[in-house]
Amino acid sequence: MATSPRATQQKFEPWTDPDAKPYVRIEKVTKKFGDFIAVDDVSLSIYKKEIFCLLGASGCGKTTLLRILAGFERPTSGRIFIDGVDMTSIPPYERPVNMMFQSYAIFPHMTVEQNVAFGLKQERLQKGEIESRVTDMLNLVKLGQFAKRKPHQLSGGQRQRVALARSLVKKPKLLLLDEPLAALDKKLREHTQFELINIQETLGVTFVVVTHDQEEAMTLSTRIGLMNHGEIVQVGTPSEIYEYPNSRFVSEFIGSVNTFEGRLVEDEPSYVRIGCDDLEAPIYVDHGVSSAPGATVWAAIRPEKITISREKPDATDNWASAVVQDIAYMGDMSIYLLRLDSGKVVRVTQPNIYRHAEDRITWEERVYLQWYPESPVVVTK
Amino acid sequence: MNQGRNLFRTLVLILGFAFLYIPIVSLIVYSFNSSRLVTVWGGFSTKWYGALLQNDQILNAAFLSLKIAAISATLAVVLGTLAGLVLARFGPFKGRTLLSGLTTAPLVMPEVITGLSLLLLFVTMEQVIGWPAGRGMTTIVISHITLTMAFVTVVVQSRLSQMDDSLEEAAMDLGARPHKVFFLITLPIIAPALMSGWLLAFTLSLDDLVITSFVAGPGSSTLPMVIFSKVRLGVSPDINALATILVAIVAVGVAITGIMMARQQKQRERDAQMALAANQAMIESVKKG
Amino acid sequence: MKSVLRRLGLDGRSVVTAVPYLWLLLFFLIPFVIVLKISFSTSQIAMPPYEPLLHWAGDKVLQIKLNLGNFAFLVEDNLYWKAYLNSIWVASVSTFFCLLLGYPIAYAIARSNPSARNILMLLIVLPFWTSFLLRVYAWIGILKNNGLLNNFLIWIGAIDQPIQMLQTDFAVYIGIVYSYLPFMILPLYANLEKMDLTLLEAAADLGCRPWQGFMKITLPLSLPGVRAGCLLVFIPAVGEFVIPSLLGDPGMLMIGKVLWTEFFNNRDWPVASAVAIVLLLFLVVPMMYFQRAQDAEAGGVHR
Repeated sequence: MATSPRATQQKFEPWTDPDAKPYVRIEKVTKKFGDFIAVDDVSLSIYKKEIFCLLGASGCGKTTLLRILAGFERPTSGRIFIDGVDMTSIPPYERPVNMMFQSYAIFPHMTVEQNVAFGLKQERLQKGEIESRVTDMLNLVKLGQFAKRKPHQLSGGQRQRVALARSLVKKPKLLLLDEPLAALDKKLREHTQFELINIQETLGVTFVVVTHDQEEAMTLSTRIGLMNHGEIVQVGTPSEIYEYPNSRFVSEFIGSVNTFEGRLVEDEPSYVRIGCDDLEAPIYVDHGVSSAPGATVWAAIRPEKITISREKPDATDNWASAVVQDIAYMGDMSIYLLRLDSGKVVRVTQPNIYRHAEDRITWEERVYLQWYPESPVVVTK
Repeated sequence: MNQGRNLFRTLVLILGFAFLYIPIVSLIVYSFNSSRLVTVWGGFSTKWYGALLQNDQILNAAFLSLKIAAISATLAVVLGTLAGLVLARFGPFKGRTLLSGLTTAPLVMPEVITGLSLLLLFVTMEQVIGWPAGRGMTTIVISHITLTMAFVTVVVQSRLSQMDDSLEEAAMDLGARPHKVFFLITLPIIAPALMSGWLLAFTLSLDDLVITSFVAGPGSSTLPMVIFSKVRLGVSPDINALATILVAIVAVGVAITGIMMARQQKQRERDAQMALAANQAMIESVKKG
Repeated sequence: MKSVLRRLGLDGRSVVTAVPYLWLLLFFLIPFVIVLKISFSTSQIAMPPYEPLLHWAGDKVLQIKLNLGNFAFLVEDNLYWKAYLNSIWVASVSTFFCLLLGYPIAYAIARSNPSARNILMLLIVLPFWTSFLLRVYAWIGILKNNGLLNNFLIWIGAIDQPIQMLQTDFAVYIGIVYSYLPFMILPLYANLEKMDLTLLEAAADLGCRPWQGFMKITLPLSLPGVRAGCLLVFIPAVGEFVIPSLLGDPGMLMIGKVLWTEFFNNRDWPVASAVAIVLLLFLVVPMMYFQRAQDAEAGGVHR
């Protein structure tokens, strides 16, 4: 997982501050297309200067929600507030919101300059002001020398910048980005991600980004709203979503995970023990769970949080024995697929710390897995 | 085996184009024949062109036809663009199916039916509201608009459905109201389609015989009506001369468009190369930075 | 201006919709209603040459006089139904030959190299831009007894007497195929050109010979194009008037000609209307089929 550039900056967590006022409020928004419910009773608060990512598989409703924010779709019910003003029935051309389209939607019959100036001309600003703002913006996105070019004379990366410049030049209260990096090739994508964050910080605009790429969401966002079947299933910072998923869906959607189904055999406020049919030893977790004893729960353990060894551990909890079924060498790490005696296959990743190890674990070997009590996440749905 | 297939392909194309073009070539060749018997070669002559230019009936008819074609093509483009816009952009609404049926039906409707029905409409309208008084240019123009707007609608609709509709949304998002979006974004982008729609409508109007014969009044004979009454009596060389002039006009028009298209193509290739180079430079800079 | 429209409950959208809609209703749909009405009226020597359907009989009694005689006339006189059947036959045969000729041409163009394709297609539609009437006229010069084709055949020694070709059914078939060929080739080409050629490679890879590949992959996938092309030729060909009157036998029964004669020569508007209504009934099924195909095509591109 790429490290977030946000880690380097000072703490920015307005959502933890009870006095902070949300900048964008989505209140119980539902959108139906005929019988199909695209967005189902979504409520969200987004704060000023956030980069909020709507993440989900295609068809989960994230793009519809974005288009509702832009004003292209009217919610069937619910309201949208931006900076305290009800925007629900304001048409797109009167909203202080701009959008960067997935296709970039650059007007093919206008030069770069004319594209960027388009929005300002609609505001009927003075010619001089339009010119200076367009020039500033083009310099910011490093396109100053391309001002007179036509869109088809630009590369993909340059078009993306034109689209960004065009939507930012109007100084919107909210910038909506629909899969902003999907059309770029991989090399450019990472570079552009960081550039996007720099620009956002320079201008202090609030971003709402739609993406299906979890890595992109992790890198860009202050918070992620994970969507499934039109509903928001969890909202949190990238690390909250990854380390504290609130459901099996979330844990399995983000990264890879091993999920063990089991029952609560001991349920104390400070710890729980879970008995699993797939494991010889119970799973011990060092925090309580609010669930009835005997209830079915799932323990989710990330592949990098499991260790492998040849010796049988003498612990009573949190271990399992398995046979190596497959190994995939990825360079920086290796992925082991380990078959438990029950037949269930567990995925474990190990960093390749040494350049060559004499005594590497190999195919068909019997090994033992272990993890710490704080590693599993217990989810009840 | 591959060669055999290529040979087959070439043969098909040669025969196909021979079938399409021999009649036209024969028209042209015999327009320069001095003999009145069209198929007997009596030596090279341009006398039929002279005869044509002195034939007031044909010249007047040609002038009337051009006038009708220009007016009806222009109005057909306006109406057809609106209909194409409604069908391609307004989504489902009550009565959309009927509209779409009404725009495609004239494409295939036998002309005798369209012609008869329009004439009966004009007669009835004259009885009921007194307009249009008699039949002539007005009724011909109305009929041609109705016929040709269907073709324009199809052209515009298919162009619009190819066009990325986020372009229009982007303009709206940047503050342009719907009518401004249409004039600043949609119209310039589909302009080439409108141009070809206009040319198509113009040609169809210029060429129409059957519908025109029904709705034309006495004294409003269009060019096809005059030609038809002449060729019904057999071949006549001045008609060959007229055909040659028409073919020449079309050929010149096509040549000009062809040259323009080739130029644009070259420009586009150059631009694509430029974009490719820009992309390369960007990747290089990313690598270094 | 704007506020006036608003007050009437008209926004830009409904005005844009209403203008072409009303035009087509007034000048395309209503005329058919009138044709239907007149097909039930009685012919008379006057202007217009038919009696009104509705008239006031005495005080405030509105009488409708429906005259089914015109339709009965069509059934009784076997000239009419012979003309209908013959028109459908001629249109079917011509459509078949159009397909037979058009498919290989469309195929050959779609499979030639991309830079040549546009030029070849331009050459296909080019004749369309010149006058239809004059192109049909050109065939008179070719087909008549001392015309190009007969002279050519005599010159190569294939025949020693000119064959009667003009004013035969053969000439009408040639004329229809020639005039409507571009309408067959256009949809076929559009279909064949966008076909994914790797499908044929996959078929070859799985053991299909080229001919089988064509029969099992290309042909079935091109059926929508075949359908569109055939309808585009068949429907207007049924009502064709110009080609049979210029190239066919003067006695040839084609319904377009019959309608024309009833209207212009016999000045019997009610019978002409009845002929049109029955012809429309014959064509309504293929036309709806065409409309559906057209809609499916448009729906495919539109999201």
